[in-house]
Amino acid sequence: MIPARHSFLEASARARLRGLLDAGSFREFCGPSRRLTSPHLPALGMPVAFDDGIVVGEGAIEGRPVLAAAQEGGFMGGAVGEVHGAKLAGLLERALDTRPDAVVLLLDSGGVRLHEANAGLIAMGEIQRAVFDVRAAGIPVIAVIGGRNGCYGGTSMIARSCDRIVASEEGRLSVSGPEVIEAVEGIEEFDAQDRALVWRTMGAKHRRLIGEIDTIVADDIEAFRGAVAAALDDARALDLDALEAEHARLATRLARFEGVKDAREIWAALGVNDPDRVSDIEADEFNRLVAVLEGTRP
Amino acid sequence: MKADAAAATAGASSTERLIDTLFEDARVTRTGALVTGVGTLDGQQVAILATAERTYVGADLALAMSRYVLDVMHDAPGRPILIIVDNSGHRLGRWDELMGNNGCLAHLAACLYAARRRGHLVIGLVNELAVSAGFMALGMATDACYALPAAEVRVMALNAMARVTKVPLDRLTELCATSPVLGPGVENFLRVGALRAIWSGDLRAHLREALTEAPAGADTRRALGQERGGRALARDVAAQVRAGA
Repeated sequence: MIPARHSFLEASARARLRGLLDAGSFREFCGPSRRLTSPHLPALGMPVAFDDGIVVGEGAIEGRPVLAAAQEGGFMGGAVGEVHGAKLAGLLERALDTRPDAVVLLLDSGGVRLHEANAGLIAMGEIQRAVFDVRAAGIPVIAVIGGRNGCYGGTSMIARSCDRIVASEEGRLSVSGPEVIEAVEGIEEFDAQDRALVWRTMGAKHRRLIGEIDTIVADDIEAFRGAVAAALDDARALDLDALEAEHARLATRLARFEGVKDAREIWAALGVNDPDRVSDIEADEFNRLVAVLEGTRP
Repeated sequence: MKADAAAATAGASSTERLIDTLFEDARVTRTGALVTGVGTLDGQQVAILATAERTYVGADLALAMSRYVLDVMHDAPGRPILIIVDNSGHRLGRWDELMGNNGCLAHLAACLYAARRRGHLVIGLVNELAVSAGFMALGMATDACYALPAAEVRVMALNAMARVTKVPLDRLTELCATSPVLGPGVENFLRVGALRAIWSGDLRAHLREALTEAPAGADTRRALGQERGGRALARDVAAQVRAGA
């Protein structure tokens, strides 16, 4: 009997959090009953949300205390405005006071909310600094990516400022959206309608293969829960030695793949025998492939 | 620019001219759009990390800038770092995305964060332009960021913003007159708390003063945004969440 899968992709922000955290453990801060809506959207004739598109609070994973946030991709594409950004920054800063075992960020966002552009951009800087502050205090911050909007813009920089990233193969992680590249640089540079190209360039499998994402799971809330639980102690140091190691890793990548045009060239260079199949295989088989490439046990 | 005669010609960028204005003596090297080196003011040495000509920050430039910050941490512990911000945002291109430019930009911000924690005062100064991710990874990763009066900081140009948000351009323009969160401009970024102050007049005096400022402990930018009427809710909402309310 195959257990029923609960898709992370299809779930709302609240359902994702409920599924990720221990049953009944979640307590929300500044929830919808508080009506903390955007002060900027009404002037543009836009609807507001009572939680401004993000759920923040505390709970537990396997009995261990965590702080958690989930962006609601269904509201303004999960984009960060003033209130939304302040909730996320405030949650991270709370970790400095309450010292949870980890902070878990369920990111599902196109980046800055253009309707509140300047407030959204400065919020990104504040959130990123708060992530570093939490990490410097020895508390791991884990980013989770598996929503419809992927993780773009400033949010993609926040994700890579965390200790670990867990994603489903549906996840995307990039600073520029495909449409933006096409609009500015032309269709020859990037055809945003070419879904396969988008996944190959920005998708979680490519990010896992080049070492930008740590863990790939199937699109299943239970699988995400297991992967996040396993990462609760996986802090990455933020000292000079760790930054030098990270620098060497990135510099090696850029030098090795200078001038590359397509992800499949990179995968082939990494030892993937059949790059064309990578997009088709399920998470389990993909993880076995990664284990072989990295010389670790599956 | 005594060490770099070529840069002292009329062809030098506004960034290089600005460095000359700020310091009694500056020895910098330019590689592409990247300008790095050491400036001296009142006998104090300041590390200079700058870019010129509104360049786009690609993965390679983000890494080159990170390398410089790491080198300063190794070679000159505690030396203040002045970042002269001048960019058109991150570079839009397939190769940069394939490489994970978001990771390179995050690494740059992480290096600047580590420098601040290790006792380097990090000051930002927006020269001509700072756009979106190019402001986040540099200007917002400082103890304090300033701007020249003629500089522009923005997320997106208004006409592009109108296209994406589907709000008519004239309506957006009209709203910009009253709302500090919408439109481009250093005044708006001052009001939301992203910039500490605008430097006009005697730039060297401004730099001298900035170098004596205490490094930022807690993030005060939301409080600044509140005081200056740029962000009415951010400070209190964050405080309520922090309190678990």
